[in-house]
Amino acid sequence: MSALIDCEHLEVRFRTEHGDVCAVNDLSFQLEAGECLGIVGESGSGKSQSMLAMLGLLADNGHATGIVRYRGRDILNLSRRELDKLRGDRLAMVFQDALSGLTPTMRIGEQLAESLMRHRGLSRAAAKSRVLEMLEIVKIPAPATRYRAYPFELSGGMRQRVMIAMAMLCQPEVLICDEPTTALDVTVQAQILRLLDGLKRHTGTAIILITHDLGVVAGLCNRVLIMYAGRAVEMGNTADIYSAPQHPYTAGLLRSIPTLKGDPATDLPTIPGQPPSLEQRGPGCAFAERCEHAFDPCTRQTPQLASVGTAHIAACHRLNS
Amino acid sequence: MSAKPGELLGSGALASAAAGQASRSLWAQAARRFRRNRAAMGSVYILSLIAVTAVLVPMFWPHGIEDASWEKILAPPSFDDWHWFGTDANGRDLLVRVFYGGRISLTIGLLTTMVALSIGVTYGALAGFVGGRTDGFMMRFVDVLYSLPLLFFIILLVTVFGRNIYLVFVAIGAVEWLTMSRIVRGQTLTVKSKEFVESAVAIGMSRSAILARYIIPNVLGPVVVYVTLLIPTNIVIESYLSFIGLGVQEPLTSWGLLISQGSGQLDSAPWLIFFPATLLAITMFCFNFIGDGLRDALDPRDR
Amino acid sequence: MSAFILRRLLIAIPTVCVIATASFFLMRAAPGGPFDAEADLEPEVLENIRAAYDLDKPLLVQFQIYVSNAIRGDFGPSLVYKDFSVTELVAIGLPVSLQLGAWAMLVALVLGGLAGIIAALRQNRLIDHAIMAMAMTGIAIPSFVVAPILALFFGLYLRLLPVAGWNDGAWQNMVLPVTALALPQVAVIARLVRGGMLEVLRSNFVRTARAKGLPEYRVVSAHVLRSALIPLVGYLGPALAGIMTGSLVIELIFNLPGIGRYFIQGALNRDYPLVMGVVVIYACLIITLNLLSDLAYAALDPRVRRAYR
Repeated sequence: MSALIDCEHLEVRFRTEHGDVCAVNDLSFQLEAGECLGIVGESGSGKSQSMLAMLGLLADNGHATGIVRYRGRDILNLSRRELDKLRGDRLAMVFQDALSGLTPTMRIGEQLAESLMRHRGLSRAAAKSRVLEMLEIVKIPAPATRYRAYPFELSGGMRQRVMIAMAMLCQPEVLICDEPTTALDVTVQAQILRLLDGLKRHTGTAIILITHDLGVVAGLCNRVLIMYAGRAVEMGNTADIYSAPQHPYTAGLLRSIPTLKGDPATDLPTIPGQPPSLEQRGPGCAFAERCEHAFDPCTRQTPQLASVGTAHIAACHRLNS
Repeated sequence: MSAKPGELLGSGALASAAAGQASRSLWAQAARRFRRNRAAMGSVYILSLIAVTAVLVPMFWPHGIEDASWEKILAPPSFDDWHWFGTDANGRDLLVRVFYGGRISLTIGLLTTMVALSIGVTYGALAGFVGGRTDGFMMRFVDVLYSLPLLFFIILLVTVFGRNIYLVFVAIGAVEWLTMSRIVRGQTLTVKSKEFVESAVAIGMSRSAILARYIIPNVLGPVVVYVTLLIPTNIVIESYLSFIGLGVQEPLTSWGLLISQGSGQLDSAPWLIFFPATLLAITMFCFNFIGDGLRDALDPRDR
Repeated sequence: MSAFILRRLLIAIPTVCVIATASFFLMRAAPGGPFDAEADLEPEVLENIRAAYDLDKPLLVQFQIYVSNAIRGDFGPSLVYKDFSVTELVAIGLPVSLQLGAWAMLVALVLGGLAGIIAALRQNRLIDHAIMAMAMTGIAIPSFVVAPILALFFGLYLRLLPVAGWNDGAWQNMVLPVTALALPQVAVIARLVRGGMLEVLRSNFVRTARAKGLPEYRVVSAHVLRSALIPLVGYLGPALAGIMTGSLVIELIFNLPGIGRYFIQGALNRDYPLVMGVVVIYACLIITLNLLSDLAYAALDPRVRRAYR
């Protein structure tokens, strides 16, 4: 069965005044219809850039190579016209900061109706009624009034719902959410996640959820992909990863989640050190300098992804030895 | 998210200091960026060349600025008799007059900018520092003045108080300080509220150290850029006044006056306007490139 | 919205008063009376002239007379153009200057705006560098240098356009002056618009618009332009001031019968009432125009409207 999205050896580089920087290195994964894949990593791990590259939204100095197939078709090298047919319609993205992500000088109703008018050829009136329906689904109160509001007039939570509504309007097959809850406080976070979950169940949309929060992933995603310094280090079913993490980084992440058990007097466990600067990358595993299990091959050779269980892969020399 | 020079400098210094990484000083980074900007570096050399020749040439040139020669009226440029730029309607050598005028124009540009700088920095720093309603009032005043055609006021001042060259300095400076005050006030406010200042105080940095390492560099950046762009503006204002007849008076001369004299003879003696205008234009370009270069060096964004 | 207008007026009116007052006292404080050049008159004649121009009354009374006249639009007689009052001179010259200025502003906005937009959309390509180079030139070379050169080239060499004179506003006579007047502003506006566009093109909401699959022309026209043009509206005030200032010199060079010419003559000959009158009138004009541009600003940016509701 061919996957909905098939990403092979994706690499994203940026030209900077200090030379070329590789933000995403040899990333491969697949997304099946209707499933939810979580991508977890720290800032700078390449999780956002890989998704932006897929949709052709990289900054001007960015360049993506590799193959990304949507329903068997390579979307990485499409022309702008072809790409525009897919974006917003079949493949949609929700961004992290809804305040800067919405056009400040345009009313939200118009911003929402735009994609329907463009992709479905609807008239303004027909689009408006669909938009109002969608605003109700995402639980925005008084949608008719809000239709004429400007982004700055809405609260953070409402803006994020608007972003999600905007992405879902054309009933996309794939919805990519880039840290949709990071800018919101915890109670609102929970609401948004419930909303996403409900949408997934009702519409069968496949979701890629980018986050640095493992708790978010646990509740929503079938599978998880862990990224570090631009590379995939572990991927598998959520349950497997959480119960038996194979990569030291994943284990460290899970360990550092504060729990109610445990001695309040001891320090919270952390992963010592910092992620490496993407500009200075030497040979070997990027995690080696912070890894308590590091041994000789770790600084000399980059570990490759290998199977460590059913539908479970990880890249670590310890596991292959 | 866009960062202004202030934010870039401050948070970087503290962050890298905190991380214990060897941080190249931000001024050194800015200097490096500036040096790599070929237009800016070239402009520095050219400008220095112009300034040096403006000082030296009138001292050593075989012709004086007032040496009129009735046989040589309106002579086109030639290498004989050292009339490389030709002569004017009184038979005076143009080259020495152009460089002498350069002295005056450049000096006026610098001095008026100094006046504007003093008034603007004081006003702006005060407004920013005091804050509150006083600040609001002070800046309202600036807002209103800002959109008025200030040259009219300069002309008014010059009309009333006579065409004393020192007065011209003061008049121009007294009117051009507005943007400077805005910049300084803006930067003062930004710096005042920055977390890195609070942190610096919290970790026990002395006030003079904070002033020296965070406040001054952050305020200085945009001010320096603006000063570089204000000097040519003021040179043009002086030229404008001289062109109308209200600025520099004979026997002194400036580029503006020379251009004014030359524009009357455009078809018969185009060199009269060509040389002073070209030098003025080159000077303007140089200052602009240097100002842009400084701005990019201190606040590198994709321009 | 009316609260907004009221607030601006409340600031504008005292400003004009301050300007008028300052001008008045500056005039009176000036060394040498207005008749220095004619000091070879007999003292009695001088006395009569001074009385006729109210110069023998106490200063505050003079000021009172001046203000009450000014409000009624009477700025007194011109000292140099003996048969005319200041208001009459202004009435003669204003239509000319206004036409010149209005056309120049229009040309500057349209040309500068287009140039800036094109340069931003084709960033770092040849057309961008070309436009920016021309803009740099326009800013570096003052209008009183460009104007005579244009006159020489198009007027004398190519014989396409008249070199000087107003000719009752014939369009051929307007082309060169308007161009020379507009060029410096075209340059500044082009740079401003390009900068604003580039900044907006980098922003997150443009990325969202593209992610929705909107074609670039829609992204630019509906999402980018409004936000990008906001800095331009902020520049309208200084642009107008720049055009007013430039018009002085342009009128001089092209020999146009506008206020600028009278103003300069007045300044050179110490015609105080004329100089003062023009300054006050121009200040009022600019404040009014600034109010209009503020309204335009509020129309463009909904966030500003909110603040003043």
